[in-house]
Amino acid sequence: MGVWGLRPQRGPGAEPLAFSVIRSASLKLAAIYGILFAVSAFALVLFLWWTTTGLLDQQVEAAIHADAQGLSERWEEGGVPALVLTIQERLAENVDDDAIYLLADALHHRIAGNLERWPANVVTPSTFYELDVARAGMRSTAEVYRYDLPGGFRLLVGRDVKGRTQIKRLLRGTLLYSGILVAVLALVGGLVMRNLFRRMVADVSSTAAAIARGELQRRVRRSGRGDEFDAMAEAINTMLDRIAKLMDGVRQVSNSIAHDLRTPIARARARLEDAARNSATEAELRAAIDRAMADLDAVTAVFQALMRIAEIEAGSRRSAFADVDLGPLLADLAELYSALAEDAGLSLDLHVPDTLPVWADRDLIQQAVANLLDNAIKFSPPGGTVTLSAETAERGVRIGVADQGPGIPEADRARATERFFRGEQARSTPGSGLGLALVQAVATLHDGALVLEDAHPGLCVVLSLHTADMKPASSVPHEPDIALVAQDHGT
Amino acid sequence: MRILLVEDDPTVAGFVAKGLREAGHVVEHADNGRDGLFLAASETFDTIILDRMLPGGIDGIRLLETLRSQNNTTPVLVLSALSQVDDRVAGLKAGGDDYLTKPFAFSELLARVEALTRRGKTDGPQTKLLVGDLEMDLLSRMVRRAGQKIDLQPREFRLLEYLMRHAGQVVTRTMLLEGVWDYHFDPQTNVIDVHVSRLRQKIDKPYPSALIHTIRNAGYMLRPESP
Repeated sequence: MGVWGLRPQRGPGAEPLAFSVIRSASLKLAAIYGILFAVSAFALVLFLWWTTTGLLDQQVEAAIHADAQGLSERWEEGGVPALVLTIQERLAENVDDDAIYLLADALHHRIAGNLERWPANVVTPSTFYELDVARAGMRSTAEVYRYDLPGGFRLLVGRDVKGRTQIKRLLRGTLLYSGILVAVLALVGGLVMRNLFRRMVADVSSTAAAIARGELQRRVRRSGRGDEFDAMAEAINTMLDRIAKLMDGVRQVSNSIAHDLRTPIARARARLEDAARNSATEAELRAAIDRAMADLDAVTAVFQALMRIAEIEAGSRRSAFADVDLGPLLADLAELYSALAEDAGLSLDLHVPDTLPVWADRDLIQQAVANLLDNAIKFSPPGGTVTLSAETAERGVRIGVADQGPGIPEADRARATERFFRGEQARSTPGSGLGLALVQAVATLHDGALVLEDAHPGLCVVLSLHTADMKPASSVPHEPDIALVAQDHGT
Repeated sequence: MRILLVEDDPTVAGFVAKGLREAGHVVEHADNGRDGLFLAASETFDTIILDRMLPGGIDGIRLLETLRSQNNTTPVLVLSALSQVDDRVAGLKAGGDDYLTKPFAFSELLARVEALTRRGKTDGPQTKLLVGDLEMDLLSRMVRRAGQKIDLQPREFRLLEYLMRHAGQVVTRTMLLEGVWDYHFDPQTNVIDVHVSRLRQKIDKPYPSALIHTIRNAGYMLRPESP
């Protein structure tokens, strides 16, 4: 056994043995188990002992009284001779040889019975005594009752309770042995409990330690019993999965940043180096520098887009929420992009009600819809139609942008809103792969969703905003900006 | 014009000061907030270019607030490496007139500085704008070139108005997006170019000389053909 001594202490958290034993939660659990088990077992045995011996005593007393009742009847019928006769008869008939009788006169001289002389300590009438008696050379214990008869005669009626005493002794022994057994069982049970507990906790803590070491794919093992520990293991595993997903996202983003930023930086560097070494004319040099600057501007643009997404995701922008009328806002955006669409040989249709109030961040909605229109125009073949629509929906509004381009394959749709994701068709077109990621962030900020659907043919992007509940109850006119500026100038 | 440049990075400061001097301006430079505040408060400038993050205990926003509390109304262009929208709003609330994020193209900075100084000079509401043979009546919303009436869409009218108000200056695409459409984001495509090219169709195409000029790597400029 020696359960905690044998298993080597592992892991970085291993403490000196004595220390860990004192503070061990599993040991405490084992002790609590052991004590509870022992106390309840003792209580059970004590109850058994008490009821058994009590019953035996009662039986003896009832037998003595019944016996005495019979004898007193005989006394009344025939006096001392009849009583003596009856006692002798009963002694002769007593097969168990446990009956005790003694009839004595006023001076305690024996008249009849199987006791040799009146026991010295029996002095009070109508009382039970427990006596050590010697009968036929055998020492024994008896329970006797003293009756006083008219004429100074005294009668002792009793039962040899040697058997009862033996049972009591047996019970007492059983109690002792079972006590020892209970203690041992309590100890073993406690240790088993402790090991069980320790194994369950050990799995969690070893998983945590492994993850701290960098083995991020480790998970807590589930027993499959569906108990509380399983529920905990599942909760921990879900948490770890979520963390892993986020880590993957971060890793993917940083890889993409490394790639998306390194490429234009490398290109700019190569151009500048080439220009520095090989430019024959000033014009060539200038052209190379201009192109390098354009590359660096692209780097800045990616940075800015990333920071803006991060800013939106942080949620701090909710302070800029106000009542916005999407009707004119979307009409203005459609007007801005219709020129671009026409140049690309497309038509831009607008299906938006004149007024469509919503609680939102104006700038972000503009930017999100601009990104969607930009994509739709970029990926539509000439002659197609881009449709911008909006309508009231449950708890907010739905904004839809549909095109007739190649669409996004089903498999890619879920990933299309990730940062830097670029579909097969998109690789040849300019863009950073951050447009939909920003729209997704805007949707999340507005408690809404971004859904990509098949428009047969083409893609339909639905941006829904569920901000009806987010608007503060007291709709005070929202003009803090102006008030603040005025205040600042006054101070 | 006399311009105060408060910027602690020597490379950026040198590059900006050199460019502004080449554009014909007089530049005073301070490399910390304390000196910058002293210069701004004691001398007169047409424009102040102010970096937000400055050493010396007084940052750009503090400097700006102090200046405004002394009723100094010199136009201020705030420069910042912080691009977050809230920072831009904070810069404008503190009394800044314009906000530009680092890194920036010098042409953008120059265009904005010159637009700022022009803004300071406007005296009273104008009812008529005139550039060469192009005239715009702001009351009747009528546009004529060489006496001929030109029909414009409302947005085209506002675009042309913005260009005419900044005639002779470089106007960048971002300035147009902010000034004409009131959008504060960076569209990934050339939306503005498309709109300017449409305006050109109506303003320039039918006439012998062009008024809207493309300035390479910068933006556009509306000016009469130099004689």
